[in-house]
Amino acid sequence: MEMNEKERDILELRNISKSFDGKKVLDDLSLSIGRNEFITLLGPSGCGKSTTLRIIGGFVRPDEGAVFFDGKDITDLASEKRNVNTVFQKYSLFPHMNVEENIAFGLKLKKKSKAYIQDKIRYALKLVNLEGYEKRNTTALSGGQQQRIAIARAIVNEPEILLLDEPLGALDLKLRHDMQQELIRIKKEVGITFIYVTHDQEEALTMSDKIVVMNRGIIQQMGTSKSIYDEPQNAFVADFIGESNIVDGVMPQDRVVEIFGVKIPCVDEGFAEREAVDVVIRPEDLEIRPEGDGFFNGQVVSVLFKGAYYEIKVRTEGCEWVSQSVTAPEVGTRVGLYVLPDNIQIMHKPKSEDAEMIKE
Amino acid sequence: MVRLKNAFMRCYLAFILLFLYAPIFVLIVLSFNDSRSRVTWGGFTLKWYGRLFSSRQILEALETTLLLGLASAAAATVIGTLGAVGIQAMRKRGYQIVMSVTNIPILNADIVTGIALMLWFVRLIPLGFGSVLVAHITFNIPYVILSVMPKLKSLNLSIYEAARDLGAGSVYAFFHIVLPQIGSGILAGFFMALTMSMDDFVITYFTKGAGVNTLSTMIYGEIRKGIKPEMYALSTLLFAVIFVILLAFNALSGKGKNTEDVIERSR
Repeated sequence: MEMNEKERDILELRNISKSFDGKKVLDDLSLSIGRNEFITLLGPSGCGKSTTLRIIGGFVRPDEGAVFFDGKDITDLASEKRNVNTVFQKYSLFPHMNVEENIAFGLKLKKKSKAYIQDKIRYALKLVNLEGYEKRNTTALSGGQQQRIAIARAIVNEPEILLLDEPLGALDLKLRHDMQQELIRIKKEVGITFIYVTHDQEEALTMSDKIVVMNRGIIQQMGTSKSIYDEPQNAFVADFIGESNIVDGVMPQDRVVEIFGVKIPCVDEGFAEREAVDVVIRPEDLEIRPEGDGFFNGQVVSVLFKGAYYEIKVRTEGCEWVSQSVTAPEVGTRVGLYVLPDNIQIMHKPKSEDAEMIKE
Repeated sequence: MVRLKNAFMRCYLAFILLFLYAPIFVLIVLSFNDSRSRVTWGGFTLKWYGRLFSSRQILEALETTLLLGLASAAAATVIGTLGAVGIQAMRKRGYQIVMSVTNIPILNADIVTGIALMLWFVRLIPLGFGSVLVAHITFNIPYVILSVMPKLKSLNLSIYEAARDLGAGSVYAFFHIVLPQIGSGILAGFFMALTMSMDDFVITYFTKGAGVNTLSTMIYGEIRKGIKPEMYALSTLLFAVIFVILLAFNALSGKGKNTEDVIERSR
């Protein structure tokens, strides 16, 4: 029995559907979230990730399906009664209250003692590196500071799950990177479940234990950062997570893929004979070699310096490829393109409707 | 050339102000005139003001006006604020329909509103203070809605959700989080309603019945008997009171704007 307690997922979404004005936003979505996980819902805007979060927070009621918290059905429970707190996208601090009053808001409602509240405020401000900010006016704080206060305000209530709705979306790049590290540290210190929503794939890959890639209200793939990056299950995920070369191919036999008439060895098998497939090659896996030394020959059309690497575009017959390399050939030179069998991802072609959503 | 143009613009503005305010200025001067004549200056006096405050008829009308203004403005403020919150939560189509309906009493001619309300009241309740009060609440509600609405629109709705998220019930969240943000709009709406109520003549005239008089209906009745200088004094006081309320109103809505600016800049 005790084992069960430990192993049981803290949150479960079961067959959730939701429409707004007749438009389906979530379509039969099911998802389990384990204790103490940092899970990220990732996808383009309108994919249903924020709605999912708002259903968990209790701000949106699903049309169908149920939400289970610790095994109990909380679908109809008001948001103030859920042991879940939210950090909103637009900070949403109370402008007529100072930092201290903002953080104390939830604790006062729970009728905690003054001493307890004072302790909690001090602890929370230390946690978010804003010690001594108790009496500051919230409207005079920078965006990053406001978001830290919003995190402190949520954390002091000791929720079992913290929901974060694109909390870093309004911050500039440098600050965003700093805050990502902060969030990872805070997550480790408080040891609760974080459910994070973002459209920034880099952010998701950096922070999460588990990523849920969503599009059009459907979960496209779920897994660790590494598994999602290395083994995307469909062209949407491959395209959305990192940059990719996605080209049409056919499988003449196991472990061989034919692209633009060239047969290339790969490691995938089990496809129908001459099945049309999507072939995904990451730019960093596409090697530039002397002409005639690779599978394709082409001409370098552009070279961009990106800091740690060069981004090189090579035009071959029928296609333009993107490659990343630490050395750069001259624009206009003829080169060969090579890829290791391990680094080729072969995917079944999506059905016609899914093909549309990749283009969008 | 430019100088000529500037001079012309200044003259134009001066004329506008002159035509707008000269009559009021004359009225104010006459209220301190010791002579009953409208063309001769008989020296400075406060005796008309003295007579004003010793007339029972005038004091009663003043009391009615203030009571009516405060009560109707207070009721309209509560109803209008709740209405605005409800309208704000509506979907786009319902929102547009209700907002257009809300605007009708403002655009409608007072005489039409007045007669319509009178016909309605004659069947339902005896004409008197009660009927005037209901009439004033009715035409005041749209002004409150219109002054609360922009505040609600600029309100970041997620602060309400944040309060709910932190454990506040909907009523607590409204009074402690939403109300402080839209308070200046509500207060502005209250003053607007108060001014409208004190300013109204036509609707009051048709719905008051016999025996009830506000300042405006009483002045109208008195002037038919011939203009008494006390009426100058009374009009001057009315002008002064409404002027002060309008100043307060502007100061309030101005202040509201500033806090928004501060929030905007801090982002």
